[in-house]
Amino acid sequence: MTFLAIKNISKRYGPVHALDGIELSVAAGSRTAIVGPSGSGKTTLLRIIAGFEIPDEGQVMLEDQTLADGPAIVPAHRRGIGIVSQDGALFPHLSVAENVGFGMERGAQDRDQRINALIDMVELDRGMLDRRPHQLSGGQQQRVALARALGRKPRLMLLDEPFSALDTGLRENMRKAVARVLQIAGITAVLVTHDQVEALSFANQVAVLRDGRLIQAGTPQTLYLSPKDRETAIFLGDAIVLPADLGDDAVSCVLGRIPADTNGQQGRADIMLRPEQLRLSVVADAGTEAVCIGKVTDIEFGGAICTVTVVLSDANGLETLNIKSSGVGLPEIGSVVSVTVLGKAHIFDKLGA
Amino acid sequence: MSLVPLGFIVWITIDTGWAEVIALIFRNRVGELLVNTVLLELCTIPLCILLAVTLAWLTERTDIPGARIWSWLAVAPLAVPAFVHSYAWVSLVPSMRGLWSGVLVSVLAYFPFLYLPVAAALRRLDPAIEDAAASLGLGPWRVFFRAVLPQLRLAICGGSLLIGLHLLAEYGLYVMIRFDTFSTAIVDQFQSAYNSPAANMLGGVLVFCCLLLLGIEVLVRGNERYARVGSGAARPADRRRLGWFVIPAIVLPVLTAALTLGVPFVTLGRWLYLGGAGIWRIDTVGSALLQTIVLAIAGGLLATIAAVPMAWLSVRAPGRLQRILEACHYYVGSLPGVVVALALVSITVRLILPLYQTFATLLLAYVLLFLPRALVGLRASIAQAPVELERAAMALGRTPAQAVRQITMRLAAPGFAASVALVALGITNELTATLMLSPNGTETLATKFWSLTSEIDYVSAAPYAFMMVVLSLPLTLLLYVQSKRTAGQ
Repeated sequence: MTFLAIKNISKRYGPVHALDGIELSVAAGSRTAIVGPSGSGKTTLLRIIAGFEIPDEGQVMLEDQTLADGPAIVPAHRRGIGIVSQDGALFPHLSVAENVGFGMERGAQDRDQRINALIDMVELDRGMLDRRPHQLSGGQQQRVALARALGRKPRLMLLDEPFSALDTGLRENMRKAVARVLQIAGITAVLVTHDQVEALSFANQVAVLRDGRLIQAGTPQTLYLSPKDRETAIFLGDAIVLPADLGDDAVSCVLGRIPADTNGQQGRADIMLRPEQLRLSVVADAGTEAVCIGKVTDIEFGGAICTVTVVLSDANGLETLNIKSSGVGLPEIGSVVSVTVLGKAHIFDKLGA
Repeated sequence: MSLVPLGFIVWITIDTGWAEVIALIFRNRVGELLVNTVLLELCTIPLCILLAVTLAWLTERTDIPGARIWSWLAVAPLAVPAFVHSYAWVSLVPSMRGLWSGVLVSVLAYFPFLYLPVAAALRRLDPAIEDAAASLGLGPWRVFFRAVLPQLRLAICGGSLLIGLHLLAEYGLYVMIRFDTFSTAIVDQFQSAYNSPAANMLGGVLVFCCLLLLGIEVLVRGNERYARVGSGAARPADRRRLGWFVIPAIVLPVLTAALTLGVPFVTLGRWLYLGGAGIWRIDTVGSALLQTIVLAIAGGLLATIAAVPMAWLSVRAPGRLQRILEACHYYVGSLPGVVVALALVSITVRLILPLYQTFATLLLAYVLLFLPRALVGLRASIAQAPVELERAAMALGRTPAQAVRQITMRLAAPGFAASVALVALGITNELTATLMLSPNGTETLATKFWSLTSEIDYVSAAPYAFMMVVLSLPLTLLLYVQSKRTAGQ
């Protein structure tokens, strides 16, 4: 069921198209991540949903209510949409408790109780209620900001890169905590981020934005394994893109025959493999039946996962592959290895098709 | 509202009739005044620049002993109103009059307006540029003139403009030493026959001079880029060792302090001593103090409140229309008090007589004159309250107006208070507009001081001067601290 519907939203700043005909629907109770490089228009889209920005064209619908229809909009304070921004935007002149209670109706009887419940919910210590925002760490500030936004019981929660100001360990922690809190509260969420790992792990639906256009939307798995084009594939993770000949339910390329859903297509096209689909094994003596043989030219040690550079000594010219491999039992530089492919290859739409 | 004074000048010109306007403007008297004014500007400003740059360099970039104290003492003359400076000099050397006396007192009273920005700019300069210039084979003197001085251009232009405008607007200083400028001539005309076309036309010429100065400043300032190229913070500059040059070098700040602060304080002290307890009459001095404080606070509050929407717009929605509006406010702020007062007198007399010589008109004049001051402080503090906070408040169910009131204004409150204080202190030392517009019987510190000195009763005037200086000290402190802060120290 569609909960939030974005229909044909466009926004221009002078001659620049910040957003160009965006269509997106978000299901009730789900988590959607809008991801894209900086300047792709993702923050503008979020601000249009929040009501801070006025679209030139298109509609924003939340349940049955029209929030924006072209330049006619419902103002932000009447939307019932919560927002947590990059730095939390806590009011510096108010204590933690006053910040959390800011959005509640004045003189509400159960105000203190609700503030306590929210503080518990975001896993903060109640002893912090009297502190000022500048006395909190970055992660704590974000939790307060989340509690403050939850205090209004919003229909929709917008998260504007809320984790990007935190350091790596804390970021993952916060991501899980926020996802959990939103799940428990049953609130639909839209996250904007430029970090593809964050988007893939946080959301049920990922929407990729580039140059103000929505390139693709779908489940994280779909987007990761079957991206629409090369840029999306590379944006969402390391990718190996190779030219291949299409056959029946398989393609042939420098790595040999790889199963793929060709859907009856013929001819040549680019295929994509994720580096973790490739396995290396050291070849004891040449002449085994391994399909594809190469030579290790470089190893980049990266702890758990290392990158092995292999040059294939195959038919037409040299092909260089970067393969992710476990740090255990790495081949040596100069050794000869065979490359096996796990799973299916993804075929990009042929150019112009 | 801000355009009232300019509109008035245009209207009066049309009203008077072209032939008479020409007759009034192109006559010997105007020519004399023009020569006086131009000579004053031409002599005072270069001397101010020379003094301010040298002092700033000594206090900021050399190891002169007591640099902090000297930099304080270079700002402190601002606490003494210009007409008190000239009162001090006239009572010390009764024969002082004419152009050179005017130049001397003007330089002493106004050079801190140049010292402040130049010292701040020197402090901010990236020493890497000087190092680069030195490594390219420039000696110390050429480094200063080719690498340092050009970067001080903005500060020097801004400060010179401020001094130039003050010289045009100043009334009390020049009356004391009997040097005629446009401002003194306008007040003379006004006192003999108020609302006379002659005074109004002089006002027109004065406005023209102001606009001319503003234009010259824009031209000289140019639009070169003075910001640092590259990222990261500049390291603080090293201080140059003076060696035995320290002995001649220290003479300059000592002499400046003696002339700018020693003279007023010695004369004031002498008059206070001569007067003894008898001159501290609680009924007159106390009532003048009370009236001044009430007027200053009322004017400060009004001007700051009037500046709020403007300041908010200029931070949140900077656009062309908004910039034009703001420019209008600055232009009025640069107009001499005498012109604003003249415009308001004529308008109230001709159109709304009941308002003539009321507190309402006086306060309006203060608002017009001091709006830019209020705007500057407010804008900086509103800019420190990020728009995200307003947005957060709106997402939490506040209307835009509530969000501005509860968040932005709350956060800008210290800036608001500082603006009120700045304007209030300006009003305390305001003389011309208060003289021309205040209702009968009103006596502020400045006007009372003025009427007593006009009667050559220097002894009785001393307590008023003393209290103006005391009230101005916090403002001076504020300016000093602000200039340090903008330099990030």
